[in-house]
Amino acid sequence: MQMPDPDRAILARKDRIVARLRQVLPEHAVISDEVETRAYECDALTAYRCPPLAVALPTTTQEVSEILKVCHAEGVPVVPRGAGTSLAGGAMPTADSVILGVARMNDVLETDYDNRFIRVQTGRTNLSVSGAVEEDGFFYAPDPSSQLACAIAGNIAMNSGGAHCLKYGVTTNNLMGVTMVMMDGEIVEIGGAHLDAGGLDLLGVICGSEGQLGVVTEATLRILHKPEGARPVLMGFDSNEVAGQCVSDIIKSGILPVAIEFMDRPCIRATEAFAGAGYPDCEALLIVEVEGSDAEIDAQLERILAIARRHNPVELRESTSAEESARIWLGRKSAFGAMGQINDYMCLDGTIPVSQLPHVLRRIGELSKEYGLDVGNVFHAGDGNMHPLILFDANKPGDLEKCEAFGADILRLCVEVGGCLTGEHGVGIEKRDLMVDQYAPEDLEIQMAVKDVFDPKWLLNPAKVFPLRSSEARRMAAE
Amino acid sequence: MMTPTNEAELAGLVAGAKGALRIQGGGTRDIGAPVEGDVLRTSDLGGVTLYEPGALTLVAQAGTPLRDVEAALAAEGQRLAFEPMDHRGLLGTNGTSTIGGVVAANVSGPRRIQVGACRDSLLGVRFVDGAGRVLKNGGRVMKNVTGYDLVKLMAGSWGTLGVLTEVSLKVQAIPEAEATLVAEGLTSAEAIAALSAALGSPYDVSGAAYVSKEGKALVRLEGLHSSVQYRVKQLQDGACAGWSIAEGVKSASLWHDVRDVRALADAVGAIWRLSVKPTDAPAVLEKLGEPDAVCDWGGGLIWVAVPEDLDLRAILSAVGGHATLVKASEDVRRHVPVFPPEPAALAAISRGLRAKFDPRGILNPGKMG
Repeated sequence: MQMPDPDRAILARKDRIVARLRQVLPEHAVISDEVETRAYECDALTAYRCPPLAVALPTTTQEVSEILKVCHAEGVPVVPRGAGTSLAGGAMPTADSVILGVARMNDVLETDYDNRFIRVQTGRTNLSVSGAVEEDGFFYAPDPSSQLACAIAGNIAMNSGGAHCLKYGVTTNNLMGVTMVMMDGEIVEIGGAHLDAGGLDLLGVICGSEGQLGVVTEATLRILHKPEGARPVLMGFDSNEVAGQCVSDIIKSGILPVAIEFMDRPCIRATEAFAGAGYPDCEALLIVEVEGSDAEIDAQLERILAIARRHNPVELRESTSAEESARIWLGRKSAFGAMGQINDYMCLDGTIPVSQLPHVLRRIGELSKEYGLDVGNVFHAGDGNMHPLILFDANKPGDLEKCEAFGADILRLCVEVGGCLTGEHGVGIEKRDLMVDQYAPEDLEIQMAVKDVFDPKWLLNPAKVFPLRSSEARRMAAE
Repeated sequence: MMTPTNEAELAGLVAGAKGALRIQGGGTRDIGAPVEGDVLRTSDLGGVTLYEPGALTLVAQAGTPLRDVEAALAAEGQRLAFEPMDHRGLLGTNGTSTIGGVVAANVSGPRRIQVGACRDSLLGVRFVDGAGRVLKNGGRVMKNVTGYDLVKLMAGSWGTLGVLTEVSLKVQAIPEAEATLVAEGLTSAEAIAALSAALGSPYDVSGAAYVSKEGKALVRLEGLHSSVQYRVKQLQDGACAGWSIAEGVKSASLWHDVRDVRALADAVGAIWRLSVKPTDAPAVLEKLGEPDAVCDWGGGLIWVAVPEDLDLRAILSAVGGHATLVKASEDVRRHVPVFPPEPAALAAISRGLRAKFDPRGILNPGKMG
């Protein structure tokens, strides 16, 4: 994955830049030591690494503003970082950039149950937002798989989803307001405890902008009362087509499960070997979860099971206890770990129209043979968000490149059938060069024009999202 | 009046425009500062281009009448989740509302509190910008973070950033049953407290409103029959003790009235739409002198009729939130900003975005201030 060459003039000024940052920040808030900055050389896309020039770890919005003022004056690129769990390389630095990490900003600022929101500093982890309101019966709905570690800052940058977004939506549907620091250090407030923008929906465009428009330091998030209960059911089918049709029929029936998860045979076998959840050995497996009181759950599951039976499942497993529910989820939740036991893997994130599921899975199977690399599919089936996991050997020369080419083919396939390159992970550096497959040059141009407005000097996370060729003129002009 | 019949023709008209254009769908939502210029209507860009009930997605040309979209959905037992308001009664307009107009105005009804606004159901857009370029953003799948989300930006941009030509929407199955809990004779403070309690319950409330005239408070539940009955009972044992029940069409009719703000249809003066923190609603109404009001979204959305010369924003500034002047004489709309004035830094961003999307400043110039 190519990154722009670092600006030598900036590298030469490192001491001065670090000194200026130290001047405006408390002790221990700046890391410039070559050994210590290594901790920030990559995010969860570990195949690519590069230590940054320096790392700044502020604790307040005002400090973020001071950091950005210095970097703006010095013309230094800034790479915002939440918890560093991006699978797309969204927080990967360049040698001439300052990492601005918000991990030390994790306070809860306000909790309001009557108006159903919580205001937090964005370094707070996703799960601990729910944790802060859990005792009072509330939760924050978006639940990315990395929720134990990932920060709200990164959730906002990538517009993260999760398994339960079929019912509750993704980050952008649950974000009410932000405090954001512009690249020149100006602090702005957008949205808040009220709903909807009065003018243009700037909040809507900031969410998912991958840290390229501003640094979000505080967020007002919608919280909901927890449902009375939730229960999954597991279904096994002997073909992907039938499983896909079953998903479609459930959705059409008018019942809205909170989650419909799909696993294919390679993934089922891997997780069985790893976690032993007792899944049937079948072609396709669905986990469907519904919420409500016990009686409401029974009523919904009765209908869902009736639909499933029409499709001749090889297995239908209902849960009668919390323990059985946990076992149903166990395999799904261990899927990534299970694949990781077999080999290194790359996790893709394309989205497709649900109707295209059988075709896409068949085609992925064919590509798998052509490339000689195994692939397992885990999939948020209700909303068409696929996570093919391609297995490769990082120590075998050429395997990573082969895997990346395979992944790119799968993502192009997603676009071809009417879907998109990324459903919830973001573009980062990983899918940057594929943007031209989804968007025409003028579609990318208008997006880059939005960045021009927020960050005219193209200093915020500049080498992400857009193909380097497309953004080159802007990045160069800014230097 | 220009009424292009396809996207390419529309793009040509915009590219060739010599002066300002007034962009319209069906012309039912004449909101905003008065705009001078040639009228460009999208009403002849019609037709549902793709509808997959099993994927809950629908794609339609911008000029497709809203009622056609709703009819196509109803035939499959589905609907637009965000329940767009019909502005005609309130504004005294005629014409046929288009799906593009709904999106351009980000029109959302009572279910906003449960499922989000129009913008939250919007999956993708195609539009022609002020330079006549045909652009697209988003797509037709429910999860999509590929590049910047200009879909949200286009929703509620009132034709000032581009002329919508096609929209993709997430749709929803019509639930088996609905019921509304009704109380009368409540003060706004009593009502909003009850609505907050209901919304803060696990019972998945899909509407929470208060109409000041009869002191009427409404809480809506939707879903499977048995589930609605259960949740009605739970709320009657708690936040809505002593409230009566309206079911089926009676319930639906109550919410049509809230959605379309029927209580203010004959009101004199200016009509404002305020977005506030829900529990601030009683204080706002008190400061405004207890005018006739419809409070939706648990109190977060307030519709009021007040004298045209009242400086409502000055009163609201002590509380927070924002206000839009939805209906007033042209004269008032010329000197009172219709849309809430933004702080300097945000105004600069909005101005900058308009300059990028519409470099010649010809799309509904001045409409949003």
